[in-house]
Amino acid sequence: MAPPAHWRRAKERYRLLGSKCENCGSIYFPPTKVCPKCRRRGKIVQTEFSGRGKVFSYTIIHAAPKTFEKYTPYILALIELEEGPKVMSQIVDCKPEEVKIGMEVEACFRKLFEQDDDGIISYGFKFRPIDDSWRK
Amino acid sequence: MFKKRDVAIISAAATKCGEQWDKSIKDLAWEAGVKAVEEAGISGKDIEYLVVGNMSGGMFVGQEHIGALVADFLGLNPIPSLRVEGACASGGIAFFQGYLAVASGLYDIVAVGGVEKMTDVEQEQATTALSGAMDFEWEAYFGATFPGIYALMAKRYMHEYGLKRESLAKVSVKNHYHGSMNPLAHFRNKITVDEALNAPMVADPLGKYDCCPISDGAALVILAPLEIAKKYTDTPIIVKSSVMASDTLSLLRRRDICTLDATVNAAEKAFKLAHLERSQVDVIEVHDCFTIAEILAIEDLGFAKKGEGWKLYEEGETYVGGRLPVNTDGGLKASGHPVGATGIKQIVELVKQLRGEAEKGRQVDNAEVGLAHNVGGSGATAVVTILSRG
Repeated sequence: MAPPAHWRRAKERYRLLGSKCENCGSIYFPPTKVCPKCRRRGKIVQTEFSGRGKVFSYTIIHAAPKTFEKYTPYILALIELEEGPKVMSQIVDCKPEEVKIGMEVEACFRKLFEQDDDGIISYGFKFRPIDDSWRK
Repeated sequence: MFKKRDVAIISAAATKCGEQWDKSIKDLAWEAGVKAVEEAGISGKDIEYLVVGNMSGGMFVGQEHIGALVADFLGLNPIPSLRVEGACASGGIAFFQGYLAVASGLYDIVAVGGVEKMTDVEQEQATTALSGAMDFEWEAYFGATFPGIYALMAKRYMHEYGLKRESLAKVSVKNHYHGSMNPLAHFRNKITVDEALNAPMVADPLGKYDCCPISDGAALVILAPLEIAKKYTDTPIIVKSSVMASDTLSLLRRRDICTLDATVNAAEKAFKLAHLERSQVDVIEVHDCFTIAEILAIEDLGFAKKGEGWKLYEEGETYVGGRLPVNTDGGLKASGHPVGATGIKQIVELVKQLRGEAEKGRQVDNAEVGLAHNVGGSGATAVVTILSRG
């Protein structure tokens, strides 16, 4: 992939940005240019998520394409953000046997993959279990 | 919906599925095409329009322009020839398009086919091509794999409805059993629940036997207006309805990840147009790219309540001889999944069943009505077609 294919989505992938329709108040992820509810009457603006959410479903990937092979087995999850929309992401800082549906997680900034040996390194959000232990 | 005239299938043929090292994409298309044309007793000159389903000739064999390629190789020039793509539903879409062409009165004799040559590339490249059915920017880019997407559905379904891996295994065991009697099937070995459960994990909870194989194959059927179908065959199969529906490309914005709304919508409309009830269907071919997909399919098509489809597998009701025989050819799991050809291959199997020509042991007694269900990706496209004996 040429660099533009990575950087044109960098902002959304680095900061976990979605879309909000100012007409009906709906919030969307992935980012969209049209509100599926309001269609032409919708007014889409960019919105930032808190990054907190819960595991809605998960799987442990054992067979992965070359770019992700060295991370196997890794946790891939569908996460329900506290604002409502869902995102697909890996869960890190967590053993495969520890992940549970309903587990509270938060977004963190990580390397996603390296394109070949000397290619582009791609970054974006992953999620990790929320660690509140420092509060105690 | 506007419908000008009834449509019938006058012939149907498929190649064997599997790793066919001696055959190219052209050879496969030619083999299915020639068989179907000969069976109909027509010549290439009689065919007025060709539609071919093919998911990714470009990535699998470096060949695009598949419509023209197949028309050329079957000797059909200069007729219009169209290649359609809707990931694993490409074949179903081709059928839907051919059906529209005849039903509308624009063409009489129409060939609809599907072809995919998947084993000329390494498995790694094949799975990359298949992952193109997902949302690249927001699913595959983050490490999602195709089995992974269905695993997310399966895990949630287990959480909500108490499904166990044993029940998923039973789907695969049944499909391998049916496939063992089908000479065209990719796999003809029977398996046990234990073998399925102990196989290497692909994407938890889906193991190797929960996933369909990568296959080469082609299939082609010929359509004609019902009023002239008897000229070509004593056993025309009537197309009662063929409906396509769409949904979000990714799982992210689905209403419910345990339901394929595209299937629900297509099935609802297909039964309405066919003036048939679920209870009148004798045999179904559903899109079991993964075992969980077969369970979701029988629920979303309306043959079981949401969350209860897997219970049919506990009592063996989906075997030939059971209340609802599912995937009598072995399904995608055992008979194979040459992606662009699968939707047509399902139709070929139903034609066989409705004519009473399936092999011993897997023929459904006196089958009169059959339903085919073909899905693209994780459910962004679904095609439901209902057929009946003439």
